[in-house]
Amino acid sequence: MELDCTQTPDLMIIHVRETRIDAAGAIDFKDRMRELTAFNTLRVMLDLSKVTFIDSSGLGAVVAVRKALGPDRPLELAALTPAVEKVFRLTRMDSVFIIHPGVPVHAGGQRDAI
Amino acid sequence: MPSDERPDQTRIVIPSDPMAVRQALQALFDHLMTGRMSADDRDTAQIVLAEALNNIVEHAYAQEPGEIEVIVELCASGLTCRIMDAGLPMPGGTLPQGVLAPMPSNDDLPEGGFGWHLIRTLSEDLHYRREDGRNLLTFRILAQQYPH
Repeated sequence: MELDCTQTPDLMIIHVRETRIDAAGAIDFKDRMRELTAFNTLRVMLDLSKVTFIDSSGLGAVVAVRKALGPDRPLELAALTPAVEKVFRLTRMDSVFIIHPGVPVHAGGQRDAI
Repeated sequence: MPSDERPDQTRIVIPSDPMAVRQALQALFDHLMTGRMSADDRDTAQIVLAEALNNIVEHAYAQEPGEIEVIVELCASGLTCRIMDAGLPMPGGTLPQGVLAPMPSNDDLPEGGFGWHLIRTLSEDLHYRREDGRNLLTFRILAQQYPH
């Protein structure tokens, strides 16, 4: 699962570089997210703009990441494509997550390919 | 299943493996159905097929692997889907109700149990039966077929 990361003083944006978060990649996604978010205590935003499909295993993995981050660090989601938005809406998970229409542009952000 | 006699019918046989499911869905929805159904209808169909196939991989073939046969056919009212496997039968011989649990506090959000809710919400004419040691699941996705 290819993920990379943009860091600002108060926010870590994790960009999913794959088109799918599905049953074949859900465990890998959870493991990579755990690795990336273990280094600091910043807010975490997941950039889903490249993800055109998610299934219930992928949704479960996103929920698991949110729970692992804990209540003081709620996972934020950004740039949901229509199929992803549909799955969140039909499972009512759209009412649980903070969802941003787009990914903020941080001119001074450090970008690290991981 | 000669495809030349049924031009709108596609038959795919895959092993019970999550990566094979991914590849079958990509073949169907990133290629075959592109330009033949709207993007929204393709999303709906892909979500339902993904949940049905993942369920077979995880449950019907939980004990030993096997084959899954998928037949999809575009018709005037949408996409008709038939999925067959030779794995374990559905518990109780019926499909799960797929009712979403009430949304709990953030501490114990569900990480699963969404699959049958998605299938039941997005499909029509959903039927299951056990026949000659095989599971047969059929459903239809309402869709506008594009002329081609």
